[in-house]
Amino acid sequence: MIGIYLIGALSIALALFLNRNKIVSFVLLGFFLILQGALTFHAYFNFHSTEWSYFTYDSLAILLLGTLFIISIPAVIHSHIYLEDQPAPPDARAIYYGAIVLLLTAISAGYLSNHIAVTWIFTEITTLSASALIYHHRNKLALEGTWKYVFICAISITFVFIGILFLSLSLEHAGSDDLSFKNLLSNSARLNPFWLKLSFLFIFTGFTAKLGLVPMFTAGIDAKDKAPAPAGALLSSVLMNLGFVGIFRFYIVVANTPLHHWANLVIGIAAFLSVFVATVYMIKVKNIKRMMAYSSIEHMGLVMLGVAAGGIGYYAAILHIILHALVKSGMFFQFTQLYRVFQNKSIYHVGNYFKYNTAGAMVLLLGFISVTAMPPSGMFVSEFLIFRSLFEAHQIVLLVIVLILLTMIIWAFGKNIMKILFVPPVGFDDSHVPVISPWESSTQFFLFALAVYLGLNPPAEFVQLIKESVMLLPI
Amino acid sequence: MIDVLLITFIITLFYIAIANRMLTYLKVLAFQGVLLFVVVFIQLNEINPVNLALILLETIVFKSVAVPLFMAYVLKRNNITREAEPYLPNFVSLIITTLIVVVTILLANGVKDDHLEKIFFVVALSSLFTGLYFIATRRKIITHVIGYLIIENGVFVLSLAVGNEMPMLVNLGIMLDIFASVLILGIFLNKIGDVFKDVDVDQLSSLKDY
Repeated sequence: MIGIYLIGALSIALALFLNRNKIVSFVLLGFFLILQGALTFHAYFNFHSTEWSYFTYDSLAILLLGTLFIISIPAVIHSHIYLEDQPAPPDARAIYYGAIVLLLTAISAGYLSNHIAVTWIFTEITTLSASALIYHHRNKLALEGTWKYVFICAISITFVFIGILFLSLSLEHAGSDDLSFKNLLSNSARLNPFWLKLSFLFIFTGFTAKLGLVPMFTAGIDAKDKAPAPAGALLSSVLMNLGFVGIFRFYIVVANTPLHHWANLVIGIAAFLSVFVATVYMIKVKNIKRMMAYSSIEHMGLVMLGVAAGGIGYYAAILHIILHALVKSGMFFQFTQLYRVFQNKSIYHVGNYFKYNTAGAMVLLLGFISVTAMPPSGMFVSEFLIFRSLFEAHQIVLLVIVLILLTMIIWAFGKNIMKILFVPPVGFDDSHVPVISPWESSTQFFLFALAVYLGLNPPAEFVQLIKESVMLLPI
Repeated sequence: MIDVLLITFIITLFYIAIANRMLTYLKVLAFQGVLLFVVVFIQLNEINPVNLALILLETIVFKSVAVPLFMAYVLKRNNITREAEPYLPNFVSLIITTLIVVVTILLANGVKDDHLEKIFFVVALSSLFTGLYFIATRRKIITHVIGYLIIENGVFVLSLAVGNEMPMLVNLGIMLDIFASVLILGIFLNKIGDVFKDVDVDQLSSLKDY
């Protein structure tokens, strides 16, 4: 199936790239979604089987593939709405659709891969396709964003490669040369700790560019700002999850060696700094898209804090990245409507949104409640579990500081969202405000509702899958 | 023999730290490519013809000819000034590069490992950090690219150190090199030259939070 999927998806991407006809591109995108769905279901029904020796349908991959499939449908719909509203030249449109398909394919394959070098290759392909999406508008600012993204991602991907080289040195001490995660795990007791340490540092630093943690988070912020919002939704949800997969699968190996506590320390420091940096920027930021991007940094920081704390934190981390992907992509999809009303993304020039688009304003309000983890939201559960894991790990001081920082984030986020929703903008001429159909917001409501459902009343099978993906970690 | 070549490689790093003109940088890059090829030829004892052709393509054709020529073309077309315009004086650069090399040698001395020849480790890490330092202290975007290429060369040396056991990793490294360099150079340097008239990082600061 993975062969059919990769060949099919790549030929669809190529066809979309060459095609200039709108109807043909709808048909092709429809085919792609069917293919994506087929892969997801195939993965579910062939649990634990391996194909092409490098792709395994394990529980973490299935969870994230499902999330990706759910998000990819509204992403395609909103991309269509976006391109209808802001007509791009036919070739820019073709590149956009081709790049979306290539990005989703590379991410899916990256989730499934059971070999660190294969994950690395597909991460590299996501840089290529994401840069095509960021450059969509072909102006000076888009070029700046693309350049920064490509350059930082190129350096990070080199870092990951250096990490892989050190890992191979470490593995030579175990007398093996197979870099698959399974083999690494079975040889974990015999890995050379010095090279493993270096390797973990480099691989972790490299993948933070995709995950959005300190130190390499900056590229992602510019990328999400300049990419069209539906593409930004993918960058800040499923692509971040790919970074998580890269780190987490390797972390499982390291956690089974004596370096477990050291690795937790590294992750914990990076995660705490991410929450801190996100807080600082959230207070200052006036660009709505960048505000949402910084909020993603904060959530990824929380996820990695959960991983570093261990115990229930592992479960909470996986739950949190899934819920975050659903909620944050919904917020980004909503942004296109906001932009159509106000033609601006600065908080200063936006306001009184309830008057112009009631359904959209409801989405923003619910999205705010979800993303700041207020009780009806599903993320409340996962964040609460992360805090509990910190408490159980006796990190009370850290917990208190993180809670203070989160309060500041909620204050800053809330202040901006309330301004968007209720305070009339200064000097805004509302005679040309377009009427936006409430149906366009329906997918966002669905995503938020799904996040609430999965958080508050998770199906037994879902819980089982999460438990299985953290099963290999020591308690 | 390999030691001599790799020490020459480190000397090129010192040279690049004090060089002033853009064309000198390109010449040093080309020279590093040739050095790498000879190192490969001696280091990898069992290379099959296909692999050899690939490595030849990577080091000689790509690293020593194509990239420097292309960069020279970009320099000329965009009328980039010949001076490198570093933020720090060359003397400081030289001291910092020396410090980097000394620290990596000290670090390597702490490593006890018979699977790795230390000199590879020293060369790789010094060029990694020199490249990063280079990126941080030069003003032009094109010098950032040169810094990136120095890092890539260092990574290539490191991949050779494990190349006899895992030839796949050398090929992966080559793939990374070609892919990333083509992406960076081919697509964007052209575009950046068109949009920003004088290519300077100070112009890449309009993406702001407010």
